[in-house]
Amino acid sequence: MDALQKGRRDIRNFYFLVGLGLLVVMAGLFAAHYMEEHGHIVTGMSNQVVWGMPHVFAIFLIVSASGVLNVASVGSVFGKTPYKARAPLSGLLSIAMLAGGLTVLMLDLGRPERVIVAATHINPTSVFAWNVFLYSGLVAFVAIYLWTMMEKRMNPLSKAAGLAVFAWRFILTTGTGLIFAFLVARQAYGNAILPPMFIVMSFAWGLAVFMIVQSAMYGWNEMALNPAILTRLKNLLGIFILGVIYLVAIYHLTNIYFAKQTAFEKFILVDGGIYPILFWAGYFLIGSVLPLFLIYSPKMGTQRHVLLASILVVLGSFSFLYVFIIGGQAFPLMIFPGYEVISSTFGDGQIAQYSPSLPEILLGTGGLGIAFLITTVGVRALNFLPKDE
Amino acid sequence: MKALQSVLLALALMVSGVAAADVGVPHLDIGKGGHCVNDPKFMKLNHGDLLKKQRYITVHQGVIGRYSLINCVNCHASKVNNSVLGTNSNFCQGCHVYAAVKIDCFECHSSRPETVSQTLKEVAK
Amino acid sequence: MSEINRRDFLRGSAMMAGLAVAPGMMLYDLARANQPASSAVRWGMLIDTSQCEEGCDDCVKACNKENGLPGKTGPTDEQWIRKVELKNVKTGRVTSLPMMCQHCAEPPCVDVCPTGASFKRADGIVLVDRHLCIGCRYCMMACPYKARSFVHEPLHDQKPEVPRGKGTVESCTFCVQRIDRGKDITACAEACSKAGHKAILFGNLNDPNSEISKRLKEVASTQLRADLGVDPGLHYEGL
Repeated sequence: MDALQKGRRDIRNFYFLVGLGLLVVMAGLFAAHYMEEHGHIVTGMSNQVVWGMPHVFAIFLIVSASGVLNVASVGSVFGKTPYKARAPLSGLLSIAMLAGGLTVLMLDLGRPERVIVAATHINPTSVFAWNVFLYSGLVAFVAIYLWTMMEKRMNPLSKAAGLAVFAWRFILTTGTGLIFAFLVARQAYGNAILPPMFIVMSFAWGLAVFMIVQSAMYGWNEMALNPAILTRLKNLLGIFILGVIYLVAIYHLTNIYFAKQTAFEKFILVDGGIYPILFWAGYFLIGSVLPLFLIYSPKMGTQRHVLLASILVVLGSFSFLYVFIIGGQAFPLMIFPGYEVISSTFGDGQIAQYSPSLPEILLGTGGLGIAFLITTVGVRALNFLPKDE
Repeated sequence: MKALQSVLLALALMVSGVAAADVGVPHLDIGKGGHCVNDPKFMKLNHGDLLKKQRYITVHQGVIGRYSLINCVNCHASKVNNSVLGTNSNFCQGCHVYAAVKIDCFECHSSRPETVSQTLKEVAK
Repeated sequence: MSEINRRDFLRGSAMMAGLAVAPGMMLYDLARANQPASSAVRWGMLIDTSQCEEGCDDCVKACNKENGLPGKTGPTDEQWIRKVELKNVKTGRVTSLPMMCQHCAEPPCVDVCPTGASFKRADGIVLVDRHLCIGCRYCMMACPYKARSFVHEPLHDQKPEVPRGKGTVESCTFCVQRIDRGKDITACAEACSKAGHKAILFGNLNDPNSEISKRLKEVASTQLRADLGVDPGLHYEGL
């Protein structure tokens, strides 16, 4: 195939991908419009499960958006050359995923047209309000960081910008974890281990997303990843997966140890229907054990194995978030300790039912679509391909 | 060239003249009307600001005041359909359609007057 | 001219107080109605569970009527007050009680609200300013009492004194539309005593001479989830 043919094929493929992304985004926007028109009655959310599928997608995107920057940080903060080559791509992915996640969160609001109120009326005690600054700040910092890396004259400032991004994303993921850690009333949340847990999860999920995108770009350009670098990245992913398992285990063990929390843990881990299945099969087996096997087993660990492992980590992260966010709300609040609720019209003492509806899933995938679209256009228009010497 | 310009100018003037005659000022059904809480000209300009200030005072401080939306609606609901909305001659809708300004109020607030409200009646006892 | 002088505005409001009601038609306590809510008052309730009859839901019906709520009980329907029947796990004793917003002194919903739409009035009533609510539902996540409802559908025919709308969060307001017009009893408390039960006593916790303060001094009562330290304005007797 000559260069001309390859160029034509590339353009065709590029427009195909953009078209695909646009389609997914349009479906998401249509779903959001439908939800705004009819109200949240067309979603599976209720007065007990107040956050649903859109939040699973949004939190995945936001947490990963912070974690994907890890690649850049290792390069700029710790001065590792192979990571430096990947820093621009990691910055682009971060902005793309943040944009996708925030769009989903915004469009899920009961009054999305009033989102400007969130910027003009700030309640200083609200971690949500802090996050408004943290998210917009991250976009700004990463944009500056990208500029210092891609503009030769700005290169000397790149290390300082990298440090700022490093600090900022730490605080940002802490803020995301605190959204739940500050909820004193619910058994699933209100736990100081959540921010560090979210940080380590962000490392794993972000790196997994990075590996997937990098594989796609190398495949597109018919390049192979330098084996030494593959080994480094896959080992890093393995360590992050182990780190997440460790923190998730501590989180659940602490709860199991507290008598008042055992009923909740039994629900989430043993007899809660879909939630234990998603936790053990989805998060633990498919999202953690299998990827570890693909990474560390002596006969595996090739680029394709690591790609598969990364995809599984992402699937596992969705399972985990579904259990954490929706399972955490489905379990009833403990309002009357020592009492059993015989009857209530408002679901007190009962496990809440939740089944996601099509519009909210489309809204969530729309967020993925936005991230995909920004990434696709970004890597086409600018030079983000990681090149190793 | 000069001639063309003057023809165009004349046409433009005609069109705008026709447009003005077509749209006109809305004929509003002011309902019960009577003495407004302020000069109507002042209200026309400032009712938005007044309502915004009143809403803060009412919601956050619990002071029910002169510029409450309930007061507006009580006086200005049409006697035909008992509402400030419904047709382009109704008080709120008519003017807002004319000015092309969206009103948000009545998604939550009642567009009908109080029917000597239950609350007030009971309080009077 | 578009900026309105604050003094003019206040003067206007004061004049209105005189104009609003014709002589002899003193519909509500104008003196009180024109005073901003003050922290000299903290509204609260004492629920006597021994007086609350199993199966009676007059308080719920009265609330729905007063506030124009549809009164449906699906998982997406709004409920400002609900009846809950409880059984003591150890002793088997059954208790019935009304459950609603507890109007906390340290309300978690107010802390977490990003826009300040969730707020506590000077007189202790916790409200949602629906003009600022963006419908994020974080307050519903934070509330330890499951007191809040989200309006899942477009509404029509709201009551003039109780504006409500799709996409915002709402909960018990202690019938603030009554209090601001000088009627110091909630619809639920009124209905309960009308039914002859007297399970709900509403009053000013900050006034040592109020009936509620006197009763609280005499009887043993508890706040729900007192361990959380949010200091609810509702006290339960016999729980």
